[in-house]
Amino acid sequence: MPTNTLNGRSFAVDEEGFLTDRDQWSEELATELAALIGIELDEEHLAPLRFMREDSARTGVTPTLRRMQTVGGFDIKTLFALYPGKPAKKMAWLAGLRKPVGCV
Amino acid sequence: MSTTTSTLPEGFILPDFGDAPRTTRTVQTGESSAVTTTTSYDGPRKMAFICSKGNLDMAYPALIMGNAALGEGVEVHLFFTFWGLDIINTKTNDKLRFTMAGNTAMHLDDLGRVRPGLEHASMPQALGNLPGMTGMATRMLKRQMAEQDIPTVPEFLDLLQASGAHLYACKLSFDMAKMLEADLHPGVEGVISAGDFIEIAQGAQIVFV
Repeated sequence: MPTNTLNGRSFAVDEEGFLTDRDQWSEELATELAALIGIELDEEHLAPLRFMREDSARTGVTPTLRRMQTVGGFDIKTLFALYPGKPAKKMAWLAGLRKPVGCV
Repeated sequence: MSTTTSTLPEGFILPDFGDAPRTTRTVQTGESSAVTTTTSYDGPRKMAFICSKGNLDMAYPALIMGNAALGEGVEVHLFFTFWGLDIINTKTNDKLRFTMAGNTAMHLDDLGRVRPGLEHASMPQALGNLPGMTGMATRMLKRQMAEQDIPTVPEFLDLLQASGAHLYACKLSFDMAKMLEADLHPGVEGVISAGDFIEIAQGAQIVFV
């Protein structure tokens, strides 16, 4: 299992770079990771990440964008604006979770 | 006497006929390098879906793949033509139906409990023509989709719209069906011709459903 090291912090990741141990995550780490992809992590950015962690702790899987909307009450358009390009993947990565596998 | 000029006058607006080379690419072949001009598309990845069917089971493939593509940061265009127009017609898109007639891949999981192996059996085609069978098959498919947390067709269009998909109605089909613009799903950007769509789809990977 590969390990990433950022600013003195080490964490286990899969071959794509997603964290494999959710307990190695912290909001400080998320902030540092976000900086790598040009995102400044403010409260608005953190809210969906916190929901993803709570939801996945219950279900055992990373929520899809659709679930972020139906269960989390987040607006899809806003998520695309906060995390342009590949919102579901970017958020899963920043939340210290595995890549989402759901189709919708 | 007529003269032709190769340089356009200042401020002259010329339609894009696709003749002008858009990109210049240098191709390295061994020691020598050759410069070739192409009209290929160099922008971000694009996908264009042509939705030509109005059956419930034929509405989903493009909606699901289009949504997946949006999640991957791909620019997505969906063109609804012929029976596919029913998918973006708000008078019909919540009532799309699924028929087992003509579908030899129709199985019933529950039959496996009657006799193991029967769940893989193809249902007799004549059954599909009995009254009420289309309604039953439609309810069954809708239930199965809901169990997988797949949104209904109208909800799916809302989701695609919010995710930035571009939706278009085919003008010919629209006119043939005497459709009203007010009945189109609000995410539909316009009623466009096949030629318009081909232009929009430049550089896109095209999926026909």
